[in-house]
Amino acid sequence: MIKVLLLAEHDNSVLNEATARAATAALAIGEVDVLVAGKNCASVAKSAAVLRDINKVLHADSETFAHHLAEPVADLLLELAGLYDAILAPATSNGKNVLPRVAALLDVMQISEIIEVIAPDTFVRPVYAGNALQKLRSDETKKVITVRTTAFEPVRSDASAPVEAISSNITNDKSSFVGEALADSGRADLTTAKTVVSGGRAFGSKEKFEELLFPLAEKLGAAIGASRAAVDADFAPNDCQVGQTGKVVAPDLYIAIGISGAIQHLAGMKDAKTIVAINSDEDAPIFEIADYALVADLFEAVPELTSKL
Amino acid sequence: MKVLVPLKRVVDFNVHIRLRPDGSGVDKTNVKMSMNPFDEIALEEAVRLREAGKADEVIAVSIGIEKTQDILRTALAMGADRAILVTAEEDVEPLNVAKILAAVVTEEKPQLVLMGKQAIDDDCNQTTQMLAALLGWGQGTFASKIEVVDNSVQVTREVDAGLQTTRLSLPAVVSADLRLNTPRYATLPNIMKAKKKPLDITTPEELGVKVRQRLTILETVEPPPRQPGIRVASVDELVDRLKNQAGIL
Ligand SMILES: Cc1cc2nc3c(=O)[nH]c(=O)nc-3n(C[C@H](O)[C@H](O)[C@H](O)COP(=O)(O)OP(=O)(O)OC[C@H]3O[C@@H](n4cnc5c(N)ncnc54)[C@H](O)[C@@H]3O)c2cc1C
Ligand SMILES: Nc1ncnc2c1ncn2[C@@H]1O[C@H](COP(=O)(O)O)[C@@H](O)[C@H]1O
Repeated sequence: MIKVLLLAEHDNSVLNEATARAATAALAIGEVDVLVAGKNCASVAKSAAVLRDINKVLHADSETFAHHLAEPVADLLLELAGLYDAILAPATSNGKNVLPRVAALLDVMQISEIIEVIAPDTFVRPVYAGNALQKLRSDETKKVITVRTTAFEPVRSDASAPVEAISSNITNDKSSFVGEALADSGRADLTTAKTVVSGGRAFGSKEKFEELLFPLAEKLGAAIGASRAAVDADFAPNDCQVGQTGKVVAPDLYIAIGISGAIQHLAGMKDAKTIVAINSDEDAPIFEIADYALVADLFEAVPELTSKL
Repeated sequence: MKVLVPLKRVVDFNVHIRLRPDGSGVDKTNVKMSMNPFDEIALEEAVRLREAGKADEVIAVSIGIEKTQDILRTALAMGADRAILVTAEEDVEPLNVAKILAAVVTEEKPQLVLMGKQAIDDDCNQTTQMLAALLGWGQGTFASKIEVVDNSVQVTREVDAGLQTTRLSLPAVVSADLRLNTPRYATLPNIMKAKKKPLDITTPEELGVKVRQRLTILETVEPPPRQPGIRVASVDELVDRLKNQAGIL
């Protein structure tokens, strides 16, 4: 039996849905244990234990893991690695931060952001901002893999696996936590929202971005996304950026407004089920992938759309 | 303090890539190649540290084919003091790159390695973390702000939930995100001056590293195309189609 260890994504109180999605990929490889590392995160371990078909949950609770710093979390994974054939994490900013460190210390190549498990040693991953898909095989004795969560459905939460507390005396003198500025938690989460409305440079100002986009998002129960240009211009915070180097989303409905459709932006949203684009330039590249294309001035079209929903 | 900046030569971010029809990869013949955009940002930050008196020397290093000298010359024109090319085949995997960079670090003894968060061709996002691991150093990935204070570097990181600030003791490895800075252009006089700056060429063997690729790429194909969409004439038509055709509203 192939044994897989999956690193859970969480904020010490809630298990992020990314974990249940990565679990689907992990289960396609072998038998799965989930590692919940954090501080005062017993509730997270409990949520992980109900994921269907999970073998068990390992719960490591310590101040050292409170902020998911890569150095100690990688050391913890390394301590456990001997028992496993594969180590997985969702390709969240934490997963991407920690896993390559583990791979290097195990002397193996990481396989980044898989979108398909063909066999326990064969995977598909996007390269060149999703403009090509690579099918590859890894002959490494241990596989270290991050999972693009939009490509996998979440496993159900209706089981009950045992939770095992593990202790370690890992310390960290390489890095320390200074502070954080977190996004407004009142808004819908971009990576899991069913609908995303995204704005680009064309809004011209933070005021217009918020005045026009927020009411539309509210009517639709949608999360707010943004292009890099909109984030660079401070219309929206960095955690709203969708794209090659921002977040990858695959909602049922993605509405791109005043966004040209650069390949780096498309990389983050072209797997949405339905794409609507509103742009004043009828040749905008975004229209090439839109299911519904509206050539219009956003300053008129957006309020009208909001009022007609 | 010395700052080492690893740079990758990649297909320019504006190029729409073409795949070879036999599935063997991206066709790079006559395609514009450039410095990886994130690495430009890392280099700019290193040059600014030197200009601010926080660093004394900026060394650019790249692992790649002979032609990679072109981006190293650009790096010298942007302000690097000297450059090192480690000649290798194309598409050396991140683990090998990290091992070669670790060997360069052992020779050069920089206090800070500033690199890109991601190469826009392989989209691996691993080399920084691997290098930090191999050196046993702390890592500050996805940096949108860095401050060198005494024997440490404070890094503001772009994470999924917003921004996280951490402090790393030096030496450390930091990777640049998009909003760290806006890189300068190389001016003509600086391009001329760069021709006289030192550019050393070495090999992985000379550095004591054996390159061994671990992954076998079986096939590289186009993603499935989307069905063509339709133009709608008005907001009313859009709402109607979303409701009655797509069934989503
Ligand atoms: C390494 C790298 C990584 C990158 N990563 C990302 C990423 O992750 N995400 C991302 O988004 N970008 C990314 N980019 C940037 C990307 O290349 C584009 O520059 C960016 O997406 C453009 O943003 P935009 O569409 O908002 O702006 P623009 O390209 O300026 O487009 C604005 C659009 O608005 C339209 N418009 C103007 N006025 C109106 C109006 N009144 N009504 C309606 N439409 C109007 C215009 O016709 C135009 O199409 C990256 C770039 C690089 C080099
Ligand atoms: N061949 C290379 N030569 C020098 N630096 C590299 C090379 N490959 C990757 N890097 C560095 O590692 C970063 C991350 O690359 P990657 O892990 O491939 O996404 C890049 O932004 C570069 O700074």
